[in-house]
Amino acid sequence: MAVSEEPTYTSTSSESMGGSEILRVEDLHTSFFLPIGELQAVRGVSFSLKRGRSLGIVGESGSGKTVLARSIMCLNLGSNVKTSGSAFFDGRDLLALSRREMRRLWGTEIAMIFQDPMTSLNPMVKIGRQVIEHLRQHKNVNRREAKQTALDLLNEVRIPEAESRIDRLPHELSGGMRQRVSIASALACEPSLLFADEPTTALDVTVQHQILNLLSREQRQRNMTMVMVTHDLGVIAGRTDDTLVMYAGKVVEQASTDEIFEKTQHPYTEALMRSIPRTSQASHTPLAAITGRPPVATHLPAGCAFSLRCPYVQPKCHEEDPPLVSIGTSGHKAACWYPVGSDANREAFERNLSDRLPQTLAVAESLDADQSPGIPADLPDGGIA
Amino acid sequence: MSKPSGGTWAPSVLRRERRGPRNAEQMFPGSSGKSLFGKMSWLTRFCTVWLILVILAAALADLIPGLPDPNYQGFVFGDGKTNEGPTASHWLGTDNVSRDILARLIYGARVSLIFAFSLVTIGIIVGGTLGSIAGYFRGLLETFLMALVDTWLSFPALIGLVFITTMLGMRNLVVLVLVGAVFVWPSYTRIARATALSVSGQDFVTAARAIGTSRKRILVREIFPNVLPALLAYSLVGLPVLIILESTLSFLGLGVEIPTASWGGMINQARQDLLINIWPAVWPAVTLFMTVYSFNNLADWVRTQAAARSAAI
Repeated sequence: MAVSEEPTYTSTSSESMGGSEILRVEDLHTSFFLPIGELQAVRGVSFSLKRGRSLGIVGESGSGKTVLARSIMCLNLGSNVKTSGSAFFDGRDLLALSRREMRRLWGTEIAMIFQDPMTSLNPMVKIGRQVIEHLRQHKNVNRREAKQTALDLLNEVRIPEAESRIDRLPHELSGGMRQRVSIASALACEPSLLFADEPTTALDVTVQHQILNLLSREQRQRNMTMVMVTHDLGVIAGRTDDTLVMYAGKVVEQASTDEIFEKTQHPYTEALMRSIPRTSQASHTPLAAITGRPPVATHLPAGCAFSLRCPYVQPKCHEEDPPLVSIGTSGHKAACWYPVGSDANREAFERNLSDRLPQTLAVAESLDADQSPGIPADLPDGGIA
Repeated sequence: MSKPSGGTWAPSVLRRERRGPRNAEQMFPGSSGKSLFGKMSWLTRFCTVWLILVILAAALADLIPGLPDPNYQGFVFGDGKTNEGPTASHWLGTDNVSRDILARLIYGARVSLIFAFSLVTIGIIVGGTLGSIAGYFRGLLETFLMALVDTWLSFPALIGLVFITTMLGMRNLVVLVLVGAVFVWPSYTRIARATALSVSGQDFVTAARAIGTSRKRILVREIFPNVLPALLAYSLVGLPVLIILESTLSFLGLGVEIPTASWGGMINQARQDLLINIWPAVWPAVTLFMTVYSFNNLADWVRTQAAARSAAI
């Protein structure tokens, strides 16, 4: 491909690449106005997504990934929130829609799965009714049909003995079962776009695996578009088609998921990968945590937001914020002056090492401890869909 | 002697601690197959039986065979005595105008219970609705409503009740309940609003919005069912307070109009001849005490049950 400025999944005119565009987000900003000042949670995010594809949004807590998802869905309830930019869903700008128009899309076209199944189900309502709640609102179905639909859905998300579970209250079910119920509830009206906001964070690892497989299967079967928000690279590895890495409200790297893992460009993505514990490491190996903390979103540093924690930081990083530009081929984009793997990056590392920069020393130390750099071979939760 | 295997050599105190709860009942009190009644302490059982008795007697007073007319003054017609001790026809004796005390206690229970239960119902419906709306929709309505509630609550209810009932002159049970309602709704509104506020922040409300539920429907289907338990819990504590309130009004002569029997009115009536015959005052006082105590004890039991259940969740 000669023109690499427009990667396959962000191209707006490449119908030949298969699948029409279902979601296009352009320069989305979301700010919360707090007593301590303006908190910029999302700062100019653009991406686009084709029908039937899946996108993983990865980042630390506070990187703005959840706010981004909720902004697109117009679910940032509150009077102190301001969202600008646009999010085109099937050609319509969601951010410009009225509440009434939006309500027609919610559930039927766009749905969301929440992080904690303990709180995302109503504790006072039987699960059968929660699953079909909006079926009864959107489509006129009678009681018996609705019950049958609820049963079908619960069976589909593999809840054993659905007939007896249908009249249970949420607290009588385990966490994994509850998340299955909320998935069934989100799928009930067959949305074409599904946001999964950290759907497995509150679950233990074996259940995580089951839930993720369930989501992938449903997504393929229904040819549904899915956006998976997570802080865990292991969750998206091998599961989503594309990946967006966010830091301090901005996209710092975006590419196909395989590319992200194989040819990591941004130091932040690299640091995220390095912090995944590996079984190949000796016991008691200190975890390669990212030094420092994410910046406070009310007081962002000048220049690159990651500069204060970056092992490759150079004076330029403190002055100018790097734009998100294509690096290499196949639509890989990163926002870094010294992308990982480049000569400039290597020089920067050497320079910082001789300057004894704390975060650089920490990285060098962990590299010494573990001599197998690159992709972690055994990501938690497999990596195979 | 062979060494015991598998760590059982630890001192018994430690062992017991480590073993933890041995069965489901210990882990989640109230989860076993026993009936509700079977799980109560003897005191709570007694209170429950007492309350059932009082409620049944009050409800079926007209049907109890051989129960005298509570307002029948035997001495006027020459077939009864005043200040009589317990006899076969008057189990608890008669008061200073020769009315049957037991009959008056039972009919008095009717007044107390109707007053308390109606007010609780009104409180739940009015306060629950207003509070849920304020807590979920917020905005100007909430500000206005809560300012009103705060003002209202700072006004002493008893003095207000005394004032209004005195001014009204007419004092049947319906009027008393309506006047009481004026002072009961604010506290329910406040509790409902506080609960609705915390419920609104929960994910399941956002989840309901994300599947396209209208705000009105969320209020009815998501918020109110979660506000109701808090109101019911408050009601159980509120019931005895309202019973005492009714008795206080009656004692002051501002309750239901005489000669309608009520516990407070009976104590007031007996007060005049307290030195001659103390029993017409003792019986209603004991009944009042036991009823109020029973409600409180049962409320406490329900609360611990609910706590155990939510701990099990």
